[in-house]
Amino acid sequence: MISLTINNKPYQLDIDPNTPLLWVLRDHLDLVGTKFGCGLAQCGACTVHLNGEAIRSCVTKVSRAEGQKVVTIEGLSDTGEHPVQKAWLELDVAQCGYCQTGQIMSAAVLLNQNKNPTDKDIDAAMSGNICRCGTYLRIREAIHLAAEIQQKNG
Amino acid sequence: MPKKSMTLITGFVSLVALMSFALKNEADFTKGTIHSAKKDSIESVKAFKDVYKVLMSPRCMNCHPAGDTPLQGDDSHPHSMLPQRGKDGKGIYTMKCANCHQATNLAGLNMPPGHPDWHLPPADMKMVFEGKTPQELAKQLVNPNTNGNKTLKQLLEHADDGLVKAGWNPGEGRTLPPISHAAFKKAWITWIENGAFAPSK
Ligand code: FES
Ligand code: FES
Repeated sequence: MISLTINNKPYQLDIDPNTPLLWVLRDHLDLVGTKFGCGLAQCGACTVHLNGEAIRSCVTKVSRAEGQKVVTIEGLSDTGEHPVQKAWLELDVAQCGYCQTGQIMSAAVLLNQNKNPTDKDIDAAMSGNICRCGTYLRIREAIHLAAEIQQKNG
Repeated sequence: MPKKSMTLITGFVSLVALMSFALKNEADFTKGTIHSAKKDSIESVKAFKDVYKVLMSPRCMNCHPAGDTPLQGDDSHPHSMLPQRGKDGKGIYTMKCANCHQATNLAGLNMPPGHPDWHLPPADMKMVFEGKTPQELAKQLVNPNTNGNKTLKQLLEHADDGLVKAGWNPGEGRTLPPISHAAFKKAWITWIENGAFAPSK
């Protein structure tokens, strides 16, 4: 049995501890907002928060998450009003949307650790999240806007 | 001056001279040369050849880059996604080493290799290997100001450090260092115990 806390909800799962966390989220818990892109830690589509860090769930064994705090896109905010989500809507960042869960989860970690990131900070932090549709410029703009929203919210 | 006090003074002067010689030898460690009991510059420099070969192999050098981005692969290209060193050597923001590198290697060709303490040298002690000549690297390794504040004893023990040993368990798709870990350790100890001499170039 593995005990997990995902989006503040406790789960007990009878599962192989070597199962990737992404498989557990999508196939066992039906939390399908987190996407599979490559399965090789190369694209960032599967990014979730583990104790506040932007880890890649496709290469993270579920055993690493045992007893830790996991947040997925479904739990980023109860109301969908996280500053990053607001900024993303405001600027219509997504195109096909497939990479956007990972982009948003990464952006949220960046803004948590750097309240007012420069373009350079953003590029360095987001360079591991690939977007096939090339929404990079809107992502950068939206992170600046999210930083403003976050600051206004105090 | 009576003869007796002359002798005393001469004795005192030579004692001071001896002490400063001993101190100088100790201080020499910080300059890159250890004067140990069995000094043998030829044996030492010969052993360093093997040490250098290993340290400059991709398995060691890739995490001791000249810049702030680690290197990757047998051709030591810049790590994809350009992760940055960060202050503590563990990455920055969303790009921390441990976000992808797990406690153990992952199965499969070219999957991220793992270790519980995966990191680069920190920003205030970069311990660069890339581009260093044998002489430069040897001097850097024995100087506590450039070797991560390691004493001679810690330096000897470093051959068995977990991340050093991880070089010999690199995961599928990566070549091993040119000699075995046992042979490397032997060369490392031989180099240090014979005086940790730096090659002439
Ligand atoms: S699916 Fe995990 S990084 Fe691509
Ligand atoms: S929006 Fe299509 S992949 Fe990023």
